Amino acid sequence: MTAVAERPRLMKGNEAMADAAIEAGCDAYFGYPITPQAELLERMARRMPELGRVFVQAESEVGAINMALGAAATGAKVLVSTSSPGMSLMAEAMSYMAGSELPIVLINVMRGGPGLGSIGPSQSDYFQATKGHGHGDYRVPVLAPSSISEAVALVADSFELAARYRTPVILLADGIQGQAMEPVMPTFRMPDWDTASWELTGADGREPRVVKSLHLRPEDLEVHNAHLQAKFATITEREVRWAGEQLEDAEVVVVAYGTAARVARTAIERARADGLHVGLFRPITLWPFPSKALAELAPRLRAIVVVELSAGQMVEDVRLAVERVPVFFHGRTGGMVPTPSEVVDRLRVAWALTAPTP
Amino acid sequence: MTTPRNALVPGGAADQGPASTTPSGDSRRLIYGHPSLLAERPTHYCPGCGHGIIHRLIAELLDELHLGPTTIGVASVGCSVFAYDYLGIDFVESPHGRAPAVATGVRRTRPDAFVFTYQGDGDLAAIGTAEIIHAAARGERISVVFVNNGIYGMTGGQMAPTTLLGQHTTSSPEGRDSSLAGYPIPITEMLALLPGVSYAARGSIADPSQIGKTKVMLRRAFEDQLGGGRTSIVEILSTCPVGWGMTPQESMDHVANEVVGVYPLGVLVDRRAAAAKGA
Ligand SMILES: Cc1ncc(C[n+]2csc(CCOP(=O)(O)OP(=O)(O)O)c2C)c(N)n1
Ligand code: SF4
Ligand SMILES: [Mg+2]
Repeated sequence: MTAVAERPRLMKGNEAMADAAIEAGCDAYFGYPITPQAELLERMARRMPELGRVFVQAESEVGAINMALGAAATGAKVLVSTSSPGMSLMAEAMSYMAGSELPIVLINVMRGGPGLGSIGPSQSDYFQATKGHGHGDYRVPVLAPSSISEAVALVADSFELAARYRTPVILLADGIQGQAMEPVMPTFRMPDWDTASWELTGADGREPRVVKSLHLRPEDLEVHNAHLQAKFATITEREVRWAGEQLEDAEVVVVAYGTAARVARTAIERARADGLHVGLFRPITLWPFPSKALAELAPRLRAIVVVELSAGQMVEDVRLAVERVPVFFHGRTGGMVPTPSEVVDRLRVAWALTAPTP
Repeated sequence: MTTPRNALVPGGAADQGPASTTPSGDSRRLIYGHPSLLAERPTHYCPGCGHGIIHRLIAELLDELHLGPTTIGVASVGCSVFAYDYLGIDFVESPHGRAPAVATGVRRTRPDAFVFTYQGDGDLAAIGTAEIIHAAARGERISVVFVNNGIYGMTGGQMAPTTLLGQHTTSSPEGRDSSLAGYPIPITEMLALLPGVSYAARGSIADPSQIGKTKVMLRRAFEDQLGGGRTSIVEILSTCPVGWGMTPQESMDHVANEVVGVYPLGVLVDRRAAAAKGA
């Protein structure tokens, strides 16, 4: 079901993501104020009660994510949003929800870390989102938009993935995406959502159901883990997403996501104007990482330049994906954003250092 | 669920549990039965542990109030994490201490369900303090069964915030010393101050008469929720003979003689009853 609004609207990222969740049929939102995602919570505070849906400002991110856990167990379509320090507090329940196979969508509007860090935009929660948060053997899909319109589309897609695989899904944005305003074509969508076979309703006329992550006998937990791993393998097989730009003749490729990909796009235009054949490889799913696509592209390349708003996190996945191609890195941290000129400089270095010997 | 195991006695008066006559129509009345929602299997609890008794009280009440089909239980982390193995209702497991937040999510998205948490004292009065205080401050329409055995049973008998002064535990080997570890926390009294708490009471399972009184409190708490009340909580002074280094009988006596001195029994607040009286 797709409802297309008549014309583009100028929207702030946080508010656009809130509206996208509402249009996707979000039943319940739980959150705690933190910059730079507070407008998302504020938007939900106004709109959800108007629509007769659930909004709770929790006592902490621990409270918010556990309310989400309880609501998800009843089959509700749940959204939670936060920024980096709050994400750290949500780690425990993320692990429980992965273990209990509960679908929720969590938006992390990343800011600079570690610690209280800064409120500037950052991508330094990549490790946390793709490999970390809570304890135990699990992964959750991580989607990274690079524009507000894309964020709107990915909110609906996140709900769809969450229900299809009974898993938490993280939408990983950054402070610029949360705060900036852009013309958005709000192509809102109501994704499929079917939880009837496992949701808790009260055991009226059926066997009681238990939503849990505890399997005290190691033999049982190993079986459960095998089931989860099979699910992760299916997601890796089917749900990888990435976008390529100007890859046809590219000899050096920038790998970047989110805001870094937008900076890279400008840098690529400039480098091309100087005659450098460069392109952009933009992962949209950070987990599952588009390793295979990158590996297929790599043999044609002289070099890869990874650009991140971090000290270098995704670059590790890029290095794992490709063989024999030199991988360069450029990143800024703390809430600072790489400039297009910095990226052009890095592209020139990569270009020069990997020039074929005559 | 398995078939209830019932006790039929000739002509007995039934003031507890469902009353019925036998199919053959004789005049014996059922005064004590196996609650239909309580699984017929031995529990994993130690001999003399209070959790089994409290599970039974809950099962009886859910039967009596016909709540089985609409209840969603919220399990916590502690020895009672397996409550869902013994109670035949829908259940969701929470991380340690987070049951009141989980119950908030359940309550808000299932307005018609009967929702209760079952939490130990380590769970509710230590790691989960923020969650219970704020669920109560919001006045979430949930019932909280708070089983206070003054110790961390599941992890091997360490000191809890509820541990009595002088009590020996594996992490207060010389006895709880207030200069090092502060004082027992009267959290139910603290909660009773909040306007969002419509019913708060403390009972015990030290002897059959106390068990009966505790059941009355639980019933009142459950009815409070059903009648549109806000948060209701019943703290139940329970036993952990293993953690306390006592026999089952000694542990029951300890509750009756020592623990109640620190945690007095009774109803702490009953706002709806008070309002009805005032009206
Ligand atoms: C985050 C976290 N910390 C610690 C534990 C270990 N743990 C399990 S149960 C428990 C204490 C339980 O005590 P209580 O709530 O009083 O329940 P009881 O076993 O006494 O009934 C602890 C500390 C845990 N499971 N999770
Ligand atoms: S350790 Fe204590 S609380 Fe746990 S089952 Fe044994 S007696 Fe009960
Ligand atoms: Mg205890």
